Amino acid sequence: MFYREAGDFKTSYRQDSQTFPIRFDRWRFYAVLALAFGVIPFVINDYWANSVFVPFLIYAIAAIGLNILTGYAGQVSLGTGGFMAVGAYACYKLMTSFPEVSILIHVLLAGGVTAAVGVLFGLPSLRIKGFYLAVATLAAQFFLVWLFNKVPWFYNFSASGQITAPDRTVLGYFVTGAQTSATAKYLVCLVFLVLVALIARNLTRGTVGRKWMAIRDMDIAAEIIGVNPLTTKLTAFAVSSFFIGIAGALFFAVYLGAAEVGEAFGIQKSFLILFMVIIGGLGSIFGSFAGAAFLVLLPVLLKNLLVGTLGWPTDLAAHIELMIVGGLIVVFLIAEPHGLAQLWRLAKEKLRLWPFPH
Amino acid sequence: MPEQLLYAMEVTLNGLMAGVMYSLVALGFVLIFKASGIFNYAQGVLALFAALTLVGLQNGQIPFAHLINAALGTNLHSFGWKLPVLVAIALTALVMVGLAILIEKLVLKHLVNQAPIILFMATIGLAYFLEGLGDVMWGADIKKLDVGLPQGISETVESVTDSIFGYGFFIDNLDIVATVVAVLLVASLTIFSQYSKQGRALRAVADDHQAALSVGISLRFIWVLVWSIAGFVALVAGIMWGTKSGVQFSLSLIALKALPVLMLGGFTSIPGAIVGGLIIGVGEKLFEFSVGPMIGGATENWFAYMLALIFLVFRPQGLFGEKIIERV
Repeated sequence: MFYREAGDFKTSYRQDSQTFPIRFDRWRFYAVLALAFGVIPFVINDYWANSVFVPFLIYAIAAIGLNILTGYAGQVSLGTGGFMAVGAYACYKLMTSFPEVSILIHVLLAGGVTAAVGVLFGLPSLRIKGFYLAVATLAAQFFLVWLFNKVPWFYNFSASGQITAPDRTVLGYFVTGAQTSATAKYLVCLVFLVLVALIARNLTRGTVGRKWMAIRDMDIAAEIIGVNPLTTKLTAFAVSSFFIGIAGALFFAVYLGAAEVGEAFGIQKSFLILFMVIIGGLGSIFGSFAGAAFLVLLPVLLKNLLVGTLGWPTDLAAHIELMIVGGLIVVFLIAEPHGLAQLWRLAKEKLRLWPFPH
Repeated sequence: MPEQLLYAMEVTLNGLMAGVMYSLVALGFVLIFKASGIFNYAQGVLALFAALTLVGLQNGQIPFAHLINAALGTNLHSFGWKLPVLVAIALTALVMVGLAILIEKLVLKHLVNQAPIILFMATIGLAYFLEGLGDVMWGADIKKLDVGLPQGISETVESVTDSIFGYGFFIDNLDIVATVVAVLLVASLTIFSQYSKQGRALRAVADDHQAALSVGISLRFIWVLVWSIAGFVALVAGIMWGTKSGVQFSLSLIALKALPVLMLGGFTSIPGAIVGGLIIGVGEKLFEFSVGPMIGGATENWFAYMLALIFLVFRPQGLFGEKIIERV
């Protein structure tokens, strides 16, 4: 009825190539933005911010980053946790060295530092492919975590080896530290997520994105038609690590407040974000959101159900959660290898024809 | 002989022994990769699961006791008997075969012809599932595994080296047993794959799936077979590692250690898994011994990966892997 291209006349190239060509989609997008910026900040409380919204927003940024590398450019990475740690520690060093500069700039700079590290670890991808590369990125994961553990300069020689975010404000409101309100945490992460999603969406639609996809589909063929594998793979690593670095910086500074590298950015984090990307859908920005939402909500729901309602011990609930997450991944891969994003696409196809399918 | 050199020799020997332990896990990877092209991330968790099951059976634990207690409010713990070691090992081997059949029926069958990366992800999912299942079935506390393997310092080696060099080497008995077992395992696997009918079928499938199908080899049977063998190798690895450091979650992380071993040796080569394991074992022990103290220690966490990474840049298919030929 409402969901179709017909009757939505485009009169300029600009309109013709906009992100949401269908009017209904456009309004839905504005409605979601209005809800996210206009309603949720006023009703959010600490529980919802800390257990659902803030982790969702941050993981969505990381998932978009990994999706660019794995989903669009086809380079499987198991080093996401390590790169998030780079973002976190870069942000920490910047925050403590230059207290007068805004935290927002620090977060962006932390992304930049992570991009540089990402390019460095991306260099072997020119020689190593597929599984071999996936395992090679583990080198980044373990080496970086070890580095941040062993070199005291990174954690400012603190006795505990932890990094703790100092209080910083944006426009007079606290965004890091103990006095931060749920609304401030949520809004900072939301602004970054919206920007990251817009940039990612437009990059993947343009020349860069097409080059990434050409390399993903078959790198030799892509090289023959004139795609430079060196720059293409390295830009994928750079952009992806930039986003992941931002996610890491926010995860540490805004969400956790204090972090210990092995615990917060270990190999489990790498797998978690990889699962988000797979369950959401490889090569889809919407999929990154869907996957992050799914894997953030699932443990919360399970915990409420098993521990809250049934009264089972927490460790048992954690083990059952492992089983369910593992089982779901297998089920998803069998039933829908392209993830939640594919279900969404199918639903939209159906909607276009509804209510006259023939 | 100078003392430093003697220390280095001891470290090298210990590294070789540690390498054998890595090879035991890597072996399972190679078997499955050769026969089905699946990069089985769950191999380490299989070892953990096998070790958990072995301990559970040996002590007569009731499976899922924790879950039943939580759901029904009962207070069950064990059947109150202790099984002899050999019976428990045989039963665990049976469980692993059953698991192989289930994995083939429920997971692999549905994923034929999918991209390798999808299969890899599926085994990660499987790893999570098995880890959760192992914990729910047998409980997550650290368990002691004792199947009567000798442990502690080997006095024979110490006295022999003492009489030759004037300095006794410290070598764990368990490592010596592991080396013997690994040699036996590789020998029997080689004999099996070279001289038995099933072994030939296995090699045929490894060579070319479609050609193997066309001469009447059942792919599904081969997959069950290969996963059973991998399960058995996992059981052996689980016994060795479990005796060494207790049966606990970190056991599943040895799978990650086996990955650089595989990259060095090449994914498709059984000798590669052994040689790769030895190189990694010796390399990381020597590095920790010589450079480690200067840069803060605990280099074993990442050295293997870095070594493999640098090595791969020069030889992308590993030491013994088949040359990668790509066509457009």
